[in-house]
Amino acid sequence: MTTGYLPAPYVVRSRRQETHDTVTLTLSPAGDPLARFRPGQFTMMYAFGVGDIPVSISGSDGVALTQTVRAVGAVSAALVGAATGQPIGLRGPFGTCWSEADAQGQDLLVIAGGIGLAPLRAAVLSALAERDRYRRIVVLVGARSPAELVFAAELDQWRTRGADVSVSVDKAETGWEGHVGVVTQLLGPARIDAAHTLALICGPEVMMRITARALLAVGLAPERIRVSLERNMQCGIALCGHCQLGPLLMCRDGPVLGFSTAEPLLAIQEL
Amino acid sequence: MTTAALEQHRLAAGLASDQLDRLAAIARPADWAPGQRVFDEGGQAARLWLITAGQIALDLKVPGRATVIVETLGPGDELGLSWLSPVPRWQFGAVAQRQTSAIEMDSGDLIRLCEQDHELGYLLTRRLLATAVSRLQAARIRILDLYASPRQLPGRTP
Repeated sequence: MTTGYLPAPYVVRSRRQETHDTVTLTLSPAGDPLARFRPGQFTMMYAFGVGDIPVSISGSDGVALTQTVRAVGAVSAALVGAATGQPIGLRGPFGTCWSEADAQGQDLLVIAGGIGLAPLRAAVLSALAERDRYRRIVVLVGARSPAELVFAAELDQWRTRGADVSVSVDKAETGWEGHVGVVTQLLGPARIDAAHTLALICGPEVMMRITARALLAVGLAPERIRVSLERNMQCGIALCGHCQLGPLLMCRDGPVLGFSTAEPLLAIQEL
Repeated sequence: MTTAALEQHRLAAGLASDQLDRLAAIARPADWAPGQRVFDEGGQAARLWLITAGQIALDLKVPGRATVIVETLGPGDELGLSWLSPVPRWQFGAVAQRQTSAIEMDSGDLIRLCEQDHELGYLLTRRLLATAVSRLQAARIRILDLYASPRQLPGRTP
């Protein structure tokens, strides 16, 4: 019950500045840790005295959790500004997971846009930990610019560990030698084996819609596509109803959904 | 240029052998070293390249800023569509970012070929139009600035 209703005390063990407005915090438990998380799930992160917000878990070393936060509002700005040693409250882990292991024996295709790489990072690390159980692990990343690419320092490590990683940015200047364009343009060179690929997509909803359509166009079945949807999660335990999207409560039934379920929901403009 | 090399590219894939022969007769190989400029913004647009290896950056010089890379093109892409415009000038510059190879054709030869063989002209026009539509859609998506933080969007208070 404690993990659902009351925040468990954690402290910021370390922080890594990803971009000008985004940090990755490593959080150690100051008491009983949360239950083990599965990639794709989130916690409600509580900046004491400010409020709490849902944030995806981007990794764990078994006990400590890694969470990546972008400063867009009062709570997220407080979390981004959290110093080493500062207490943070966590509830969770909540929600559905990527179940990336369903791709074992096949190809795992991970497509991220912007900070959408954070919840996918945990799935990539999980797959790389069992690299020989997968055929190809392909990671396609879209970012606004080279300076706004999160986990940039890790991508080479993922390549070394056997992932095919490609990055596309919307804007670049001379000196950038990667791809410039939209992330779906990386699908062609990636040579997707549609019949034997599980695709996980996370990013802005328009990006996920466009990417899922591109995958359908190259022959992926909808049941081979999973997306992560975010709504106004507040209680995290399917009681308050703030995160309702159609017939679903996203804190419980999401954030990870199969594309067949998500597609009609992605067309809902506002609730 | 051999028809086999041409056929590997999407613009020529599946064409009849006589059509491939005629295209091959006007095609020649082109190679650029990293950093070598293919063309400059504002120059006469009179060639089409089918990229087979490497990467080309389309760029634009913006006063007060570093040169902006508008888009990159790689194997399977077509480089040089501005000759299709009524005013055939390169809208952007192009520079090789890696060792790059392509199949090169003069637009005048290509237009003559298409005028002599309307069926070939129709096929090539449809394929080049598909490329143009794809780039237009990609450009529109990028205009949305999807990865911007709400704080970075126009009209929002930082």
